[in-house]
Amino acid sequence: LALYFHIGEREEKCIIEDIPSDTLVVGNYKVQRWDIHKHDFLESAPGLGMFVTVTSPSGEVLLSKLYGPQGTFSFTSYLSGEHIICFQSNSTRFAVIAGSKLRIHLDIRVGEHFLDESAIQAKDKVNEVNVRLEHLIEQIHHVTKEQDYERKREEKFRKTSEETNSNILWWAIVQTLILISVGIWQIKSLRDFFISKKLV
Amino acid sequence: ACAARASEITFELPDNAKQCFYEEIAQGTKCTLEFQVITGGHYDVDCRLEDPDGIVLYKEMKKQYDSFTFTASRNGTYKFCFSNEFSTFTHKTVYFDFQVGEDPPLFPSENRVTALTQMESACVSIHEALKSVIDYQTHFRLREAQGRSRAEDLNTRVAYWSIGEAIILLVVSIGQVFLLKSFFSDKRTTTTRVGS
Repeated sequence: LALYFHIGEREEKCIIEDIPSDTLVVGNYKVQRWDIHKHDFLESAPGLGMFVTVTSPSGEVLLSKLYGPQGTFSFTSYLSGEHIICFQSNSTRFAVIAGSKLRIHLDIRVGEHFLDESAIQAKDKVNEVNVRLEHLIEQIHHVTKEQDYERKREEKFRKTSEETNSNILWWAIVQTLILISVGIWQIKSLRDFFISKKLV
Repeated sequence: ACAARASEITFELPDNAKQCFYEEIAQGTKCTLEFQVITGGHYDVDCRLEDPDGIVLYKEMKKQYDSFTFTASRNGTYKFCFSNEFSTFTHKTVYFDFQVGEDPPLFPSENRVTALTQMESACVSIHEALKSVIDYQTHFRLREAQGRSRAEDLNTRVAYWSIGEAIILLVVSIGQVFLLKSFFSDKRTTTTRVGS
């Protein structure tokens, strides 16, 4: 597996995936624990597992499972939005030994449909082009879904900006009105006060 | 020819935190690291890329977006880190895309007798076009997310400051009048008109 990073044993690490609805997300991971004696990461530590939790944009938990030290998880999004994928080890060691950490290898694929390489290896020319074309069509569908989602987000963006614009205008008017009316009240109040005090 | 790998991850970087990622790369592989800050503060982050010997290949402070291409000069584990240590209380959301190696050709040229057929070259050009469409789409999505985050920040800030100002305005004006009145009330005993 490709990319990896380190976390503390009891730490939870989350990554964010902003994806359109009906998108399949597949993740491969591998976790290794640091061995103090060998000064290296163990290839596989017994009993070490990983809690994988996936939260949808509405807060609903889509996936919450305990996997082994190496595994694959997948989920399909119902809503468009920010899905949060969290990893936490099932390590129950309360006393965190100094220098203990975990190495997590991670590979997450969004919306990709894997090419069936064996079908491509088939000697039949037409079949090969067929498979490639199907893959391209899938890619285009994913691009279209992303674009639709982008349109919705841009609409939300525009609404926020227009709301800010009208807020600024409205509050400026309100503040000016407050200023004028309080100014008038001040003068009136002071004048009445001075008259009553026989100073004017 | 090894298969190309690309990892893109969006993660939250808390204030005063540093997050490092490692990847094993073979010598001679062309790699590209691209990152962008999506939300948080001034939308900037420190980034640093080191080769297995610890030599710094790329180091930039407080960058919002950058793209860096390099060719691995030796085998080993390359490390890149994002740091938000200069920030005291803003979390940043950072996106990065680390591409290792180049895509293998769709129709490999070993075992070929003839040149690519029209269908095949059409496939190749569509594939290239789609790759760049997906690339642009990602960039656009990130820019839009960044813009929307700024707009929402602005909206909340305008709302809070306006309400705050209106309240301060009222409190200060009313307070002024009562304060003035209180000055004159104290002197009442000494300013009564004599000989009226």
